[in-house]
Order: sequence, then C-alpha cells, then structure tokens
Amino acid sequence: MEEKKVMIQLKNVVKFFGRHKVVKSINLDIYEGEFLTLLGPSGCGKTTTLRMIAGFEEATEGEIYLDDVNMEGKPPYARDVNTVFQNYALFPHMNVYDNIAFGLVEKKLPRAEIREKVLNALEMVQLEGFEKRKPSQMSGGQKQRVAIARALVNNPKVLLLDEPLGALDLKLRKQMQSELKHLQQKLGITFLYVTHDQEEALTMSDRIAIMNQGRIEQLGTAQDIYEHPVSKFVADFIGESNILEGYVTKTDDATISVRFEFGQLDGIAASEFVDEEMIYVSVRPEHVKYSQKPVKDFHLQGIIKEYIYAGSSIRMIAELPNSQEIILLCHPQDTLPATGTDIYLYWNPDKAVLLHTNEDKLYDLIEDAVLK
Amino acid sequence: MNTRRQKRYQKNTIPILSMVGPTGLWLLLFLAFPMVYVLAISVMTKSYYHGVEWVFSLESYKSLFQSRYLKITWDSLVLALKTSIICLVAAYPFAYILSKMRPAVKGFCLLLVMLPFWINGLIRLDGWANIIRDSGIINTFLLHIGIISKPLRMFKTDGAVLFGMVYTFLPFMILPLQTSISKIDPSLIEASRDLGCNKFRTFVRVILPLSAPGIFSGIIQVFIPSLGAFYISDIMGSNRLLLGNLIKNLFMSEKNWPAGAALSVLLIAFTLAALKLYSKIGSMDDLA
Amino acid sequence: MNRKKNQKPLGMLSISLACLTYLFLYLPIIMIIIYSFNAKESNLVFEGFSIQGYLTLFQNAVLLDSFWNTVKLAVVSTVISVVLGTLATIGMHRYRFKFKGLINGLLYIPIVIPELVIGIAFLVTFALAQMQMGFVTLVIAHVTFCLPFVIVNIRARIAGFDPAIEEAAMDLGATKRRTLTRVTIPMLTPGIISGALISITLSLDDLVISSFVYGRTMTFPIKVYGMVRGKITTDVYALSTLMIVGTIAIYAMAQFIQKHFEKAHGQ
Repeated sequence: MEEKKVMIQLKNVVKFFGRHKVVKSINLDIYEGEFLTLLGPSGCGKTTTLRMIAGFEEATEGEIYLDDVNMEGKPPYARDVNTVFQNYALFPHMNVYDNIAFGLVEKKLPRAEIREKVLNALEMVQLEGFEKRKPSQMSGGQKQRVAIARALVNNPKVLLLDEPLGALDLKLRKQMQSELKHLQQKLGITFLYVTHDQEEALTMSDRIAIMNQGRIEQLGTAQDIYEHPVSKFVADFIGESNILEGYVTKTDDATISVRFEFGQLDGIAASEFVDEEMIYVSVRPEHVKYSQKPVKDFHLQGIIKEYIYAGSSIRMIAELPNSQEIILLCHPQDTLPATGTDIYLYWNPDKAVLLHTNEDKLYDLIEDAVLK
Repeated sequence: MNTRRQKRYQKNTIPILSMVGPTGLWLLLFLAFPMVYVLAISVMTKSYYHGVEWVFSLESYKSLFQSRYLKITWDSLVLALKTSIICLVAAYPFAYILSKMRPAVKGFCLLLVMLPFWINGLIRLDGWANIIRDSGIINTFLLHIGIISKPLRMFKTDGAVLFGMVYTFLPFMILPLQTSISKIDPSLIEASRDLGCNKFRTFVRVILPLSAPGIFSGIIQVFIPSLGAFYISDIMGSNRLLLGNLIKNLFMSEKNWPAGAALSVLLIAFTLAALKLYSKIGSMDDLA
Repeated sequence: MNRKKNQKPLGMLSISLACLTYLFLYLPIIMIIIYSFNAKESNLVFEGFSIQGYLTLFQNAVLLDSFWNTVKLAVVSTVISVVLGTLATIGMHRYRFKFKGLINGLLYIPIVIPELVIGIAFLVTFALAQMQMGFVTLVIAHVTFCLPFVIVNIRARIAGFDPAIEEAAMDLGATKRRTLTRVTIPMLTPGIISGALISITLSLDDLVISSFVYGRTMTFPIKVYGMVRGKITTDVYALSTLMIVGTIAIYAMAQFIQKHFEKAHGQ
C-alpha cells in the first residue's frame, strides 16, 4: 500500500467556549487528496473543529498541523486553506468577478493573471458570462458556485466546506453533491466537509468522521460505518436501526445468548462480552425478516401493528410485548399478513451488530457536571 | 490555556484603543464632563459675575419651590403632554395609511415627510405666522369677505404655541408609528378577522397593542424636546414663560447659574423617568 | 397572496386624510416661497410680485456669510462625526471590552436629553476652560450631538451583517486592516451615508445648542432667530426658497445617479 501524505493533523485538540467544552480532545489525520466529512448532529463540535483549522477560532489546547507546519497563532489570512461558508458569505458590494478575484488581489498577482484565473474558475463552475452580476441578482445555487470558485481559485492545500449545501432545495442539493465530488476528483484537492446530513456524507466522502458531543465516535469509509457501527449513537444516527437492549448470558467461550425484556437470542458467535453485561443489538430494517412459525435461536414474538406505504417499499411496523416497535422493509408485491397477526422476527446473525453500552457517556456527564 | 487567553487580550488592546478610543475620549471630555459639571453647579452658590462660586449650597433646589418656577414647570409639562397627545391622534391615521402603501409609494411619501426638515424650522414657523397673524392670510381673507370686522387673535397666543409645537414635532411621531405599524404581520390581522373581530375590534385588540412600541417611541420623541424648545414660544407665543425659556434666561440674562442648573437637572429627571417607562417597551436605538 | 390583499387601493377617506397632513406640513413652505417674491421688503404684508428679494440677497454679505458658516459647520462636523463614528461602531461591534457599557450610555444622552441642557452644559464648560466661543466651539458641540445619530445608523446596518463575510475576507488572505478597507467599510456605506445625511440635517438646522456657543460666528438659524421675532426680510425667504430648490435638486440628482449606477452595474 502506498504511503499517503498527511495534509492536516489534529493532535489532542480541545476547545472551550467560556467554561463549556465543545471539542474534547480530537485526534485526526486527513490525507492529501481525500474527501473527508465531519458528520454529526448540531452542537457536536464539527463546525468548531473546521473553524479552528481555518483559523477563526484558536484551539484551547492541542496542536493543528497543516502540511507539517504548526498553525498555532497563525491568523486565517496566513493559512493556506480556504473556506466555503454556509450562507455563501459573498461580498454584497462586489460583483461576481471581484468576489472571485478577492484572494488573488490580496496576493498582489498581476492583473492579466488574475483575469485568466477568474475566468477559468468561472468556467469550472459553469458560470461563464456572470462576471458582472451582483450576488443579490443570483439564485442560491449560483451563489454557491461563486463561493466555491472564490475559494478554489486560490488553489488552497485544503478546501473547508461548512454545510455548503444546507440552504439549497433537495433537487439542487443532489445535483451540487455530484458536481462537488467530480470537482474534487478532477482537482485532487483535499476537501474537509462538514454536514449534519448523513446521506450527503455517505454519497460524497472517502472517509467519514462521526462526531458526537465534542468527540469523534467513529472514523471510516461510508460502508464501514453503515455496516459496522461501533456505538449505539452511530448505529442510530447513520441510517435507520432497530436497537434492542439486553443482557449477555455466556454459554461458552465463543457463543453467547442475549436476554431481552420479552424474548431472547441464542447461539450468537461472539467472544468480547462478559457475563451479565448490558449490550445493544442493532439491526437495519432491511435485514429483519418475519415468519408466522417459531424460528430456531430467535425468541422474539410480536404483532403487526401497521403498514406504511413508502413508494418502492412498504414498511411494516411490528410491536413487541413491551411496546417497542421494530421496523421491517417489505416488497410491495409480497402478500402481506393482516395487521394484528402474530409473527416471529429473525435475521441473519451476521447482519446484526452487537454494541457495548457506552460507559463514556457516564464519564462525560460527570466531567460536564464537575466543570459547571 | 491561560497564556493563550492573555495573548489574545493584549492583541486586541491596540485595535480597540485606536478604533473606539477617540470616540470614547470625545464623549468623556465633551459629554460626560459637561453633564457632571452642570450637576456640580446646581449645588453651588450663585455669583453674578463668574456665574458660580464654589461654595456648597442647596439654595438652588430650594428656589425651585418658588411659585413662579412651579407654575412655569407645570405649564411646560402640561403643554408638552398636550403636544404629545395631539401629535399622536393626528399622526396615527396618517402612519396607518402610510403602512398600507406599496413600498415604492411609501418610500416617496416618507421622503415627503422628511423633506421639510431640510428647511430651517424657524422659517417654517414664520410661514405659519404669516398665515395666522393679524395681518396674515386668514384674517385678510375673512375681513375681505366681511365675515369678521376686526382681525381674529390667533398669533401670539397660547394656542399658537401649541400649534407651533405640534407642527414642529409631528414628523417625530409619524416615523416611529409608521415603522411599528408596518412591522405587524398581516396574517395576524387576518387571524383576528377570522376569529370574529370586525375592523374596529381588530384595530383595538390587535393593531393598537402591537403598535405600542411605536406609540411610546413617538411620545418620547415629542414630549422630551418640547420641554426644552424655547424658540417656539418665542416666535408664536404671548409672553408666557416656559421651562426652556426660563432655563435659558437664568443662564444668559439673570446669571443665576445654580438655579438654571437645578432646573436642568429637573428636566433630566423628567426625561429619565419617561425613558424608564419606555425602556420596558422599546429599544433605545429606535429613538434616534 | 397576503400582499395582494394588503394592497387594495386606498379609499377616498385615506387619500384625503393624507393630503390634509401634507397640506399641514407644506403650507408654511408654500408661504415662504410666495413671500420670497414679495415686492415689499418685509414679511408682514404681501404687496405684489417681484424678484427684488433675490437681488438683494446677493448683496447681503451678513446673511450670505451666516449661510456659508452654517454649511461649513455642517460639513466639518459631519466629516468628523462619520470618521469617529464609523471606527467606533466597528470597534464596538468587533470587540468586547470594559467600558463599552459606559460609551453606550453616553451615546444616548444627546439622543434623549433635551438639546437645551446639552447647550447649557457646553456653555458652562467652555466658560470654565476659558475657550473663545466661535467656530471651534460650534464644531465641538455639533460633533457631540451628531455622533450618536451617526453611530446608531451605522450600527443598524452592522447588526444585519453575516459575521462570516468578514471571516471570508480573512480566509481569502486579507489582513484585518485590509478586511476593514475592502469589505467592512464598503458594506457599511449605506449606513454611513444615511448617518451623514442625518448629521448634516441636524447640524444645518440646529438653533438651540448653537445659540449657547456661537460667539461671533453667526449661523443661519441664529441669524433667523434674531429676525423672526420682529421682521423677516424678503431676502431670507429668497435664500430659503433657493435652499428648498437646492435640496430637491440634490436629491433628484442622487436618485438619478443611483439608478444609472445600478443599471450600468446590473447586467
């Protein structure tokens, strides 16, 4: 495997706002030419992390390296990164040409060179002929292209994108997603992308870092994260998951049983759990199956509560005796049992993920309480 | 962690000083100091030659209770109140109409309200004087057609002073009212109609309460300046003294600075009391 | 849909009410214009049409002098107010510091306290400092009461700023100072202009505060105040009429330039 160059390195980065710890010791290597996404709910610290790399915020502790140079104390204008902002942040008093030329003018390039670069950038984002327009005369999608061109024209080492598509409507967003991805592949520039939209992250990124409460919960490829979530949070946040809470009963060294409030799973191949440990069993709706007869090893009985029509599929909502709902995906062509029918639920054991309950959470709560 | 914070603190000191410093210094020197100085004068002894002698005395505040001062203060407060109320009643319908206009038309109509400000207020008052004086247009006309036999006394009366005040300060009522009424979400009015209020009830129960910030802002902007506007009664009035004229005379001709300063402090107290009421409802920036 | 409903044509009652209000505001101005063509030299009676007032105006050195003093005063105090006010507003918006509350409090004084009190405060302070009353004291006084209005206007503009815009400039390589000159100040321009206009208006029209600190530097409002209690000569009406015409002309020109500018830069 070829050695990949680290473009951005975060070492134990911590950020306090007042007494509130928003980023809790982040370590992250971003490689040259990769498309990495920070994904998480609002308030998870992803935007703050991006802003620390851009230089708008200073890290309270830890170091940030850009191309092996420590960025501490460097103002935004001395950093070789550029940002695409959430609400575009185009200069309202300048036309498109002057907006894109802004960074080049600061670099004091000769006029002819600026002109050439700006026109190239406009071509790149398919906005030829828009030079004289003011931002107020453009649609959201067009403004977004200008913002991207304005950042890329400076040929930054890393392009930082802070929820850049958040203000666009669904159709335009999809279109811009694929355009951005193609642009990144063509230019080979490192992209660091921040979003709370999991679908956006899954379709565009080479790697995704899932953030929660100031920490990176999981870092990996889209497939990795979808198929092997490492925590309940990730399983819940990415895609849809049925999550059951239960206790481990060890049968021997290689197999365990899981006891739920109403039901039990037997003969699961797993070794990393101890007796009586509380765990989560997480299964995607597309992997859950049902039968009207009992199934070996699965002692999960429920009744069909309702069906929800969703176009290409039908969602079956089954209810366990403790009122927990389990979602199943069915084909519309299938003949489906009537609501109220008793069913047995099961799945391919390989498709389910067993998760330790998160002890860190307790630790976080204590830490927050102490700090406040 | 601490050192990084300190560094940032030091880093900002120079830009803060160079940007805000000049204004801060200016305000301290030419605003804070003079106001404090007036306050100081009000508790000193009067001296005809130097204006004030540096001996502590509450004489000036005692003198405020002279019946002459009390009457003038009362008259001024009543006049300012009358002015505010008349302005409010006269401006509200107009402001309401303005807020209903299309933006382009409204912009032009608002400009027409502002435009007279560009012409000296004294000359505009004099324009009214030319209409209402004994030899003015109204009297000339009425005499000419024979309805009256001798000129109606309108000019140089208390009524003329009130009229002049209303004329001078009316735009200060129209503008905040208009802003405040324009801000009312039209769907609230529709909701009120939908819930069974007729036009009048909608006005009383929805529009009027929602325009309260504008009403108060307008009243403040009319009431306070009319307390101190000495020139209006000079031009339009009989010889009745108002608070403004009294303070001016105490400083300029009677040379009783402590009494003048004490009256000024009283005027500031009225103002602050009015603002205290207002601050519960509106933003200070809207007064500018 | 709301729009349409909201914009049905105004009724006759509304229109006549609006006209009445405008008549109230403009009647004295019409009178000024009429009287500027009075054949007689004073204001008490209208005796017939003449342009004599305009002719004598240009020989009335005292009146013209006071007029130019007023214009000079307004321009100088506005320039100072705008420079101080722009920097202070940006600084106060950008940074947090100890005496911000005090500065804010002081700024409201000229806005809310009757002008008369401010005038008196200047009178006694300048007397204490033994300053010669004249143009300098007028400028100090005018800057002091214009400054808050300038700041409030610019602040209204800056409050609507997306803070990301200044960050974008720095992100693209502009230092703090370059960000100020290339982005912040140009974006504040509308607020600065409206602040400057208000400052000019206040300064041109100020009588109350000026009357305590003018010394020998006669301004137009003070000159008029001296006359208005007795007789106003026709040339004052003539000057006022010229000012009305000038104001409208300047405004129309500004509108025209703005429209033209927008068109040229539009497409």
